[in-house]
Amino acid sequence: MGGLWLWWIGEGQIEREAMEHVRLHVERAFRVPAAVWAGQARPQGTLDVRRKQHASGRMLEWLLREGPGEGRVLGMTDVDLFIPILTFVFGEAQLNGRAAVVSTARLSEPVLVDRRVLWERLAKEAVHELGHALGLTHCSRPECAMSRSAGLRDVDRKGGQLCADCRTLLDQAQDREPRT
Amino acid sequence: MMSEGTRVLVVDDEEIVRESLGGWLTQDGLAVEVAHDGPAALEKLRQGKWAIALVDLKMPGMDGIQVLQEARKLQPEAAVVIMTAYATVDTAVAAIKQGAYDYLVKPFDPEELSLMIQKILSQQKLVHENEVLRKALKREYGFHDVISKSPAMHQVFELARVAAPSSSTVLILGESGTGKEVLARAIHKESARKDAPFVAVSCAALTETLLESELFGHERGAFTGANARRKGKFEAAHGGTLFLDEIGDISPKLQVDLLRVLEERRIQRVGGNESVEVDVRIIAATNKDLRKEASEGRFREDLFYRLNVIAIHLPPLRERKEDVPLLVERFLETLAVELQKPIEGLSSEALTALLAHGWPGNVRELRNTLERGAVVAKGHIIQLADLGLAPPSAASVGPGGKVEPPSLDEVEKRHVIEVLSFTGGNVTQAARILGIDRVTLYNRMRRYQLRD
Ligand SMILES: Nc1ncnc2c1ncn2[C@@H]1O[C@H](COP(=O)(O)OP(=O)(O)O)[C@@H](O)[C@H]1O
Ligand SMILES: [Zn+2]
Ligand SMILES: [Zn+2]
Repeated sequence: MGGLWLWWIGEGQIEREAMEHVRLHVERAFRVPAAVWAGQARPQGTLDVRRKQHASGRMLEWLLREGPGEGRVLGMTDVDLFIPILTFVFGEAQLNGRAAVVSTARLSEPVLVDRRVLWERLAKEAVHELGHALGLTHCSRPECAMSRSAGLRDVDRKGGQLCADCRTLLDQAQDREPRT
Repeated sequence: MMSEGTRVLVVDDEEIVRESLGGWLTQDGLAVEVAHDGPAALEKLRQGKWAIALVDLKMPGMDGIQVLQEARKLQPEAAVVIMTAYATVDTAVAAIKQGAYDYLVKPFDPEELSLMIQKILSQQKLVHENEVLRKALKREYGFHDVISKSPAMHQVFELARVAAPSSSTVLILGESGTGKEVLARAIHKESARKDAPFVAVSCAALTETLLESELFGHERGAFTGANARRKGKFEAAHGGTLFLDEIGDISPKLQVDLLRVLEERRIQRVGGNESVEVDVRIIAATNKDLRKEASEGRFREDLFYRLNVIAIHLPPLRERKEDVPLLVERFLETLAVELQKPIEGLSSEALTALLAHGWPGNVRELRNTLERGAVVAKGHIIQLADLGLAPPSAASVGPGGKVEPPSLDEVEKRHVIEVLSFTGGNVTQAARILGIDRVTLYNRMRRYQLRD
């Protein structure tokens, strides 16, 4: 299915440990190697001045343009993401596509959380969005990483791995190449 | 969590809203469609069933409130959620009074949106399950449109179910209003002929010649007034079922004709000489004791035996009082729709009276009584007085506005009426209950003019 790339594109820095935590989760969930991409470019033209948030759709377009150009890329950021109708999103992905993005901005609410809690949430959302990029849609099992996370409560309730059904779907989709 | 294929309509004049909301909902496996304005939304609402409609409040032309009002009429089961900007929240709140499920302020909090959708869908699922359950229960209590929970009627249903698939003639016996025609229709619907016509003829309503041409048709000029050739009911029912109601009332000549048709499966139009083959299943019905009519020579025995292949007896309503509440519920449901009146039920007093009544006119009388009650009722509940059941009281208003109590005669008369109606007009039983002999009861009945 091609490689999976994790790329930090935030304004601040990410701890190496956090990145490693996410990487291991992703590898375990999809059973393929995941590598860190260390590109220095940062998203341009994604900020909505009025909302003071970044449009996640535009973020995906930017990732497709600037990313490794091979396999699938997950952009990870600390800026707040949105789609027009919602106040925010944790992340977004092209369904069965090459790009996905997640943000830590809303994962450390309501106040400062323990760093390991934040990493765990980030890993779950990373698996979730990459799952979309690999062709999975939402899953009705609340414990599955592919279940909808509309709020932090959903994120904390679910696990970071795929349920058996989603696994099967993924294996069936294995041979399919991503959309370009 | 979300039901596959549940249809959601997004109505907004802004493309970016339609796209981002539509996309977000699609991810949950919902079947989302979008409309860019009010008229387009109404078109979609007319075309199919929707679980949820998310409707923008401010749109050019027809606004969200107008769409809501139409949606309530077109699809009352669909939950309408109003989408509003912060500035117009008041209008959105007011929309709830007009039947909107709720409102959401743009941009939505994802959790709020998700919870609202889930709540709507789980409520709809519950309503749906209840309906299915209620329908299943009703089915258990019935055979097509005939409903009953009495054991005797369930034997009837069983017999009817067994008889239905064959083409055998069925004879339905029972007092007037016991449901002979609905049962005949049910047998037809249960049979392989269900897509062919069901044709009903009341044999008592017509003179011999008219009935003859009604049944067999006539050629042009067969008799005065026969200006054109006309097909009869036998031909009209070809491939299907012919219901001959009040078969006990047909003339001796028609009895002969009918017997021939049953034997030969061919008919001859009045005034014609060519015979036509007909494939018709006969269901006959009568409130007479046809066997007795036959044995006493008023009905041809050979015809009786032809008809009496499968005989089904419908018990009178007074022998299955347990059906009264069930029938009441069914009739009130249909009456509320027919009369466009929000009738919800009966007072317990009224129901008690219905249970005590003897129902000489059986289910038909019960239906008519309820119809009268539903028409007369002032509120949502039918009261005893609305039914017009009790005989008019002779009581008059006395001094001080108090109602003068009835005389001993009046009380006795009312009591006799009540007991007679309890026994369904059976004088012997009524006399036993009253503790008097039959002759005495007959005398009282004559005195109170309870007999015609
Ligand atoms: N068991 C029943 N369930 C529902 N409706 C009934 C039942 N029995 C009779 N009815 C209704 O009562 C009325 C009289 O029934 P009908 O079949 O015309 O009686 P009959 O032919 O015996 O005179 C009709 O409106 C019929 O629909
Ligand atoms: Zn998702
Ligand atoms: Zn799953």
